Amino acid sequence: MLNRATLLAATLLAGLTPARAEVVKIAYIDPLSGSLAATGLLGEQHFRFMIDTLNASHAAGGDRIFELVAMDNEVSPEKSLTLLRKAIDDGVHYITQGNGSSVAFALTDAVAKNNKRAPEQAVMFLNYAAVDPGLTNDKCNWWHFRFDADVDMKMRALTDYLVSNKPTQKVYIFNPDYSFGVSVEKAAQQMLAGRRPDLEVVGAERVPLGRTKDFTPYVQKFQAAGADAVVTGNWGQDLALLVKAAADGGYKGKFYTYYLGGQDVMPSVSAAAEGYAIIAEYHHNLGKPDLDKVAAAFEEQYHTPFSYGRIKTEMEMLAGAMKQADSSDPAKVGQVLSTMKWQTPLGEVNMREDNHQLLQPMYVATLEPGQKFLYPDSKLGFKTVSRIEAEAQRLPTTCKFTPPS
Amino acid sequence: MQQAALILLNGLVYGLLLFMLSVGLTLIFGMMGVLNLAHASFYMLGAFLAYTISIRIGFWPALVIVPVLVGAIGAVVERYGLRTVHKHGHVAELLFTFGLAFIIGELVPLIWGRIPVPYKVPPSLDFAAFSIGGNAYPAYRLFMMAVAVAMFVALFAALARTRLGLVVRAALTHPEMVGMLGHDVPRVFTLVFGAGCALAGLAGVIAGNAFTTEPGMARALGAVVFAIVVMGGLGSIWGALIASLLIGFVQTASISLDVPLGTALAQIGVHVNPAVLSDLWGITIARIAPVVPYVLLVLVLAVRPRGLLGTRSA
Repeated sequence: MLNRATLLAATLLAGLTPARAEVVKIAYIDPLSGSLAATGLLGEQHFRFMIDTLNASHAAGGDRIFELVAMDNEVSPEKSLTLLRKAIDDGVHYITQGNGSSVAFALTDAVAKNNKRAPEQAVMFLNYAAVDPGLTNDKCNWWHFRFDADVDMKMRALTDYLVSNKPTQKVYIFNPDYSFGVSVEKAAQQMLAGRRPDLEVVGAERVPLGRTKDFTPYVQKFQAAGADAVVTGNWGQDLALLVKAAADGGYKGKFYTYYLGGQDVMPSVSAAAEGYAIIAEYHHNLGKPDLDKVAAAFEEQYHTPFSYGRIKTEMEMLAGAMKQADSSDPAKVGQVLSTMKWQTPLGEVNMREDNHQLLQPMYVATLEPGQKFLYPDSKLGFKTVSRIEAEAQRLPTTCKFTPPS
Repeated sequence: MQQAALILLNGLVYGLLLFMLSVGLTLIFGMMGVLNLAHASFYMLGAFLAYTISIRIGFWPALVIVPVLVGAIGAVVERYGLRTVHKHGHVAELLFTFGLAFIIGELVPLIWGRIPVPYKVPPSLDFAAFSIGGNAYPAYRLFMMAVAVAMFVALFAALARTRLGLVVRAALTHPEMVGMLGHDVPRVFTLVFGAGCALAGLAGVIAGNAFTTEPGMARALGAVVFAIVVMGGLGSIWGALIASLLIGFVQTASISLDVPLGTALAQIGVHVNPAVLSDLWGITIARIAPVVPYVLLVLVLAVRPRGLLGTRSA
């Protein structure tokens, strides 16, 4: 009896951790402390969730299982480089990061140098949110793959909607004062110029990141300029305070944003935000039962709304590429990923071979009442205005890279 | 004209909020010689406690309970923490408050989470009081001003008219002498520290819902409050009031100025060579608005090292 029980336990244990399992470590290098910790932790939860799902179905092929190594970079490029070094020394071949293009520039540069110098320690960089266009243009790198649409791709979708929104005539461009905000401002100005004769940019302004408590004076400037639309790349607390100040000041114009759906923004959004727009690859009211099931499972486990459709895509494609290459060697996996097409519940996505930018369906959505998923504080939920097909987002690139020999 | 009225109103409400935060700090600083680096943390604590209490028994009870609660926490910190390290000198005290800021900064997300809490303006005050040039002015902002003014009057009356106020004022300038005269100076310290924290807590209650209540809110205001205290003069309540309003007005006004720096300097008679540092002169004043308080601080300290109304040197 005792023997049978021991045998059973041994079999079970063996089943849980296959003796020959090949552990593929993925270093998650993002802020896990400080003011951006909430954002970093949310990303980590999405990766953990996807890894659990993919490991359970042996999606990476063979005996490969993923393991997440979370590393806190405090959004500092210098700290990130130290962590990258540590990860490489620990035998990590895959890193993923998203918060801050400044960090992504540092990482992509270090990864390229490392892979040239020590091909046996090669590292693949999977970028899920750093959207500066430079990363897939002049600063592109074969080992870097981006799974979020860049600033220009998103701005084109957002401005297309703005231009088609006939009553809108005066636009104010309002951004955080660093590289990302500068590229949003530039993109907005270029893409709004000469689109409609009665459409005019009445102001462009940048505000230091996270330094302003009261945005009322800025809202009054929008008002004074007669702006009926504000295009903004602001995020987090800045966007929360901005939207709040607009509601308090009775501002009637609409906001066109990148990051309105953030979990740190929505608690400050009131019913006055009806009609505010967002551009994203996922929102809660896409009405795809497959995705809704995933979102429900995520929420049950982590008690927070599922937010990153692209992390799901990123991890599924990585697993799929490993299975197809039948290897966890980043060079071989990268070869597959370079030209990979993948089916998601929202349609086919594909990796651009010329700059490693993922093309995926994107959605312009506005906050409206009466949706299936509603944010509790505003009683508003996102409703799709338009869907931009993957192929329609192919913009010219200046990227020139050669695959490793 | 309308623009000017708006700047004035915004500057006034922001300045009064800064004053509520800085007055407690300046009292503590002036009396104990300790820069309480955790002061803004008590402000954050006030906002989060107000959220928790207001969703259970309402905003108005919270307005009374929270300052008392935060004040009590402050008093306990002084009695059992600061007083213990006091004998090791000011550096130890400074490090103690530095550590305290970190502890509160980590405790708050542990209890309330890392994302902002939905602390809302009470419905009875959630309407537009009036409108200037198409900009609605929220009634809650008027309420904030009223609370700040009431607090200032009460504090001033307490310090100027009561026996305890007399002792506190004496202890501000001559702590040894007050002790010699038989007053329990350590107890006065506890009281002042507690009261200072209570005021920061009150500021948290009324500002947490006007802006946002999130774990980073202490960091955002901490630095500017220190600038005000040093600028106004250590231990000077009037100094803190003037410095707060000055920073409130100047910062709000500079946001509204879309004039490039070079042009603005030319208007006050300073002509710069546009070829040198051309990027700098092209920046509008609006973009450097958040730096303005610190520029003012440096200017004031350069002219008056004791601060505007200070009697002791920093």
